[in-house]
Amino acid sequence: MPSDVSTPLLEVEDLKMHFPIRGGVLHRKIGAVKAVDGVSLTIGHGETFGLVGESGCGKSTLGKCLVRLLDPTAGTIRFKDTNITGMGQRRLRPFRQDFQMVFQDPAESLDGRMSVGELVAEPMVVQRIGSRASRTEKVAELLNRVGLPEAAAQKFPFEFSGGQRQRIGIARSLSVNPDLLVLDEPVSALDVSVQSQVINLMLELQRDFGLSYLFIAHDLAVVKHVSDRIAVMYLGKLVEVGPAEEIYQNPQHAYTKALIEAIPIPDPTLRRDRNPIEGDVPSPINPPEGCAFGHRVSHPKWQDSVGRDLRLVETAPGSGHWVQPCACCTDFA
Amino acid sequence: MPDPLLQIRNLATGFHTERGLVRAVDGVSFSIDKGQTVGLVGESGCGKSVTSMSIIDLLPKPAGEVLEGSIQFRGRELCGADEETLRSVRGNEIGVIFQEPMAALNPVQRIGKQIVEAIQLHDPVPTNEALRRAVDLLEQVGIPAPEQRVTEYPHQLSGGMRQRVMIAIALCCKPDLLIADEPTTALDVTVQAQILNLIEKMQSDSGMAVLLITHDLGVIAEQCDEVVVMYAGRVVERAPVHELFANPRHAYTKGLLGSIPRLDNERKSELPTIAGQVASIMDFVPGCRFCQRMGRDGSTTQTRPEFSEVEPDHWLEMCTECIS
Repeated sequence: MPSDVSTPLLEVEDLKMHFPIRGGVLHRKIGAVKAVDGVSLTIGHGETFGLVGESGCGKSTLGKCLVRLLDPTAGTIRFKDTNITGMGQRRLRPFRQDFQMVFQDPAESLDGRMSVGELVAEPMVVQRIGSRASRTEKVAELLNRVGLPEAAAQKFPFEFSGGQRQRIGIARSLSVNPDLLVLDEPVSALDVSVQSQVINLMLELQRDFGLSYLFIAHDLAVVKHVSDRIAVMYLGKLVEVGPAEEIYQNPQHAYTKALIEAIPIPDPTLRRDRNPIEGDVPSPINPPEGCAFGHRVSHPKWQDSVGRDLRLVETAPGSGHWVQPCACCTDFA
Repeated sequence: MPDPLLQIRNLATGFHTERGLVRAVDGVSFSIDKGQTVGLVGESGCGKSVTSMSIIDLLPKPAGEVLEGSIQFRGRELCGADEETLRSVRGNEIGVIFQEPMAALNPVQRIGKQIVEAIQLHDPVPTNEALRRAVDLLEQVGIPAPEQRVTEYPHQLSGGMRQRVMIAIALCCKPDLLIADEPTTALDVTVQAQILNLIEKMQSDSGMAVLLITHDLGVIAEQCDEVVVMYAGRVVERAPVHELFANPRHAYTKGLLGSIPRLDNERKSELPTIAGQVASIMDFVPGCRFCQRMGRDGSTTQTRPEFSEVEPDHWLEMCTECIS
């Protein structure tokens, strides 16, 4: 299982999140959306773990499972060495101080009828931390920390730009001093010049507070910039995991290579012929057997992957670089 | 030197709002030559989409209005042209594709019918002939099993497929210019690569020009011959693509290029940023709006800078504080 050397903050083993599809008069289960289909990973203290993949790959669903916004169908999640997978909401509550989520769309994810001060303080209120006075003070401190004026506390989300609302979301998530932030596409909806401001803020906060991040995004360049390790996800499964630099310099899986190649490079002197992969991004409803990517590109060796154990293998002992061992996509079958 | 295919001079477009007239495009000039790909790049609110919609007057009515300027297409003036002229130009000579194909396609009409409609609008051939052409077009844009697809509805297709259909509709009358407004922004990166390839292929097959509107500088670098950088309703810099990336002269262009995380950056390093944010359109100063963003409030914000050619084909908004 992919892991790093120090004691992990979060350990996920063979996690599955299948949503049943019901049909017919009797609402029988006729299929399943296998949004997350056997994912294992660990995140260490102070580490940024980047999760990259295209739409429908299950990355957002995975993020929600980890903060227990969803109840996984199978597998285990251990946080600070405690199994939180099947925990009821009441027992889970104290853990919610330790991990928080920042959502993608700052326009949608903040309650428009709450003032900024109320929004930032809400997690503290839920966790019954501090008094009204101490919370107000903390809100002011957090707003300053994310680069907003204290006076912002009296205003409402609609009065702020996308980048500013994202900062509010981050301030809110930090109010309970978490160890782990799950960030689901935190900068995708922002203009480039604002994106870099928010990324810098996140890096600063990580240094100052010793935070771990699970950074979920589709933009490999952004993910690589902020991450220590990266996992590439395709149709509910991880196909490759490793140190960020290594994944970029030395991708082993055909899908990782395709992703890297598809990213337009902002340098006209590096124009190259594009050889985009064919076909559409697949749907997680009743996915194909075996290696889904091999199936997409109709690789002649796809058939070999059907029925095989496709759990990630390490490219070399101790390399920390793991890849799905299918003959159609890698050399590690 | 042949005349440009499209020549825009001092274009200004505004919207009538409760708070008065808002100039979303405030004096924009650039041109597109036959077969050329020009990229129009800028962040939200810079006016790039409004500029492109002004060309063929697809502005929301009655609020939107072209206020000033000249839009010459193949020597004909489109600004103030009557609806009949514009209608014949739209689709026939200038094709358009948008960011959200679902917004542009009729959800309750089969794909085939929509393409046939577009064809027959400009070329009144019998329906079965138009349908044959539609199947042909779908094949050209890389849709597998096109005879089956023509009977389907938009929701039955994926995002990438729908974009291909939109391209097919836009190109059905072989236009000389394709306006592509954020054509791949809503698509996954692997599908984006397919669509950009397709646009390039259609271009080399037909010799058409493309006006590509996007905020993605990577796409600009890969697809475009020339780049027009817009900020707060104006053009701040305009140059051939290699020149712009190698030698950006305006502070905004430099800031934009600098703030993109690249795959070869030092990991977790602080990214150069542009401080502040663009002002609200209601608060724009008459002078340099980038100075306004930077918090400078001297004379540069009062007088509009000249837009001049500083080197062959390299145009710059000449604000003394912002250029180097």
